[in-house]
Amino acid sequence: MDFLNIPLPAVLAQLVVGLINGAFYALLSLGLAIIFGLLNIINFAHGAQYMLGAFFAWFGVQYLGIDYWFALLLVPIAVGAIGMLLERFLLSKLYREDHLYGLLLTFGLALIIEGVFVQLYGVSGKPYAVPEALRGALNLGFMFLPKYRAWVIVASVVVCLGAWLVIERTKLGAYLRAGTENPRLLQAFGVNVPMMITLTYGFGVALAAFAGVLAAPIFQVSPKMGSDLIIVVFAVVVIGGMGSILGSILTGLGLGLVEGLTKVVWPEASSTVIFVIMAIVLLVRPAGLFGRER
Amino acid sequence: MRHFRTVLSTAVAAALGSALAQAAISDDVIKIGVLTDMSGTYSDLAGPGVVAAAEMAIADAGGKVAGKPIVMLKADHQNKADIAANKAREWNDVEKVDAYVDLVTTSTALAVMEIAKNANKVVLVSGAGSSRITNEDCNPVTVHWTYDTYAMAKGTGSAMVKEGGKTWFFLTADYAFGQNLQKDVSAVVEASGGKVLGAVKHPFPASDFSSFILQAQASGAQVIGLANAGADTTNAIKAANEFGIVAGGQKLAGLLVFISDVHSLGLPVAQGLTLTTGFYWDYDDQTRAWSKRFFEKTGKMPTMVQAGVYSSLMHYFKAIEAAGSDDGPTVIKQMKSGPVEDFFSRHGKIRDDGRLVHDMFLAEVKKPSESKAPWDYYKILRVIPGDEAYLPLSESKCPLVRKS
Repeated sequence: MDFLNIPLPAVLAQLVVGLINGAFYALLSLGLAIIFGLLNIINFAHGAQYMLGAFFAWFGVQYLGIDYWFALLLVPIAVGAIGMLLERFLLSKLYREDHLYGLLLTFGLALIIEGVFVQLYGVSGKPYAVPEALRGALNLGFMFLPKYRAWVIVASVVVCLGAWLVIERTKLGAYLRAGTENPRLLQAFGVNVPMMITLTYGFGVALAAFAGVLAAPIFQVSPKMGSDLIIVVFAVVVIGGMGSILGSILTGLGLGLVEGLTKVVWPEASSTVIFVIMAIVLLVRPAGLFGRER
Repeated sequence: MRHFRTVLSTAVAAALGSALAQAAISDDVIKIGVLTDMSGTYSDLAGPGVVAAAEMAIADAGGKVAGKPIVMLKADHQNKADIAANKAREWNDVEKVDAYVDLVTTSTALAVMEIAKNANKVVLVSGAGSSRITNEDCNPVTVHWTYDTYAMAKGTGSAMVKEGGKTWFFLTADYAFGQNLQKDVSAVVEASGGKVLGAVKHPFPASDFSSFILQAQASGAQVIGLANAGADTTNAIKAANEFGIVAGGQKLAGLLVFISDVHSLGLPVAQGLTLTTGFYWDYDDQTRAWSKRFFEKTGKMPTMVQAGVYSSLMHYFKAIEAAGSDDGPTVIKQMKSGPVEDFFSRHGKIRDDGRLVHDMFLAEVKKPSESKAPWDYYKILRVIPGDEAYLPLSESKCPLVRKS
């Protein structure tokens, strides 16, 4: 059985691999969507924060003896805390201004962070070993799937769904959504909105750092890893609809699959296909697939 | 009136003086311009290390050649041909630079070579790899020092076919360099009796290689050739390791691997990789002595590109000293006239096409258990004589080559 002249097992294998990339897109675009939803900030530092996640995991192993599993827990907290400081002392000054100011500030920060890491660690990056428990591969019949890659899919889907449930189904999430709609009214009800904004930004950043730790054993831990990825992730957010939580998760996974197929059918186009889709979506549905017109 | 005469005679004297100086050292200074990638993908294999190597060369020359001081300028070309060309033009018009050095990334090298040719200035290419630099695009003022895609292809390609790697599949970076490398290796593989089963062109740069690795795995080829460089190569090797390529009996051929790549991958992942290199720090006492000095300055062992920059500059300085002039064509003629023997270049000579032909090394990355010290990474399998490694002049398309 063939699909576009390619044997079916090969297609299935490519889809699985695409899903893994989609899992990263989903995690990163989810964080971006949450931040944009409440803060109206286009967080261009997201890629740098993802890179920080990977580097903190590497620091953990190198200097503190913190293994992968603890890093998965501790690094998002640490990077998230840095994010909160950033929000408190820099971003919070810009809420009254145009989107563009937040974008420029975070973009500048991203360049600075990346530049410092290039200076300190070089561009080639550092190796990070796959944790002992996840070495080896699973035989799926049509392919050998490294256990670690399977874990990436599971972990990111669980975290994405968890975040979605918290936002859509809990009281805390209800506050958050209310803050997105009308922060002033919410404050009148006695909710500490500035604190909520700070925590939300921290959470979005923590998601990026979590993705960074997940990525560390797969890719080289390198200062450029974030900027390579972030443009694609922005395209994912635009396609899904700015600020749409579920939209960003589904589009992330979906585009991973599309990209995976493109890599077999026409590999040269695989870095472009997402942007072609973005252009089409913007023409047909300017608010994105899951977005609402404001 | 007398005043006017004084002014006139002074002016004539000054004009004469400068005309005389022109024949010797222009502007009473030797200016070299290091154009390299200071912060991008290739900054670890070239970049700040190249600047350090150039500083070492200037210091070792005593800061002077033919009694005139040496001045170094440096700039980041960001691997973009237009930036490199603009900088080179500025350096040529304003700074009167005498020699352009390094030029990692082929497109930047080709752009600067054109400018230097028109201005009769010297180009010492070390970082860029395409064999075009001394083949169809050769010019009389360029010397290509360290390696080229042909030599990489010849070294690694023929060695792997000889070891039984008859069928090949390529992962190729989708731009001039990658395609050039794939073409050169395919020719070598087919000439040695091997067969190319297919290739996948991946975007440059790409971060996730698992999809391409799966395609290479499915091809069933005995050898997977990595026709890319830098982060693309390291990420491809990591993915290959994860998907059990080597464990499954297929072999990886790194067609352009630098010691900085091996260092960043670590031996557990990189072990067993076959590669060709123009320089290895731990080859003999001479290489160790120089590399140790480089290490003290930078904290890293030199890549072949960095060592090549030092070697090319020293040879350039000596040629100026001998010729008593820094005029481009004169210096190049002097450089081509004698052998090039130093810690870097063995049995070296610069041919009419501008190619420095020197011995290359076929190496294998050591297993973690075989590595005795930091940076102890390569096992030298074979020394490839320069004439065997590089494109024979009889096959050259360079118009400078005198065909007999």
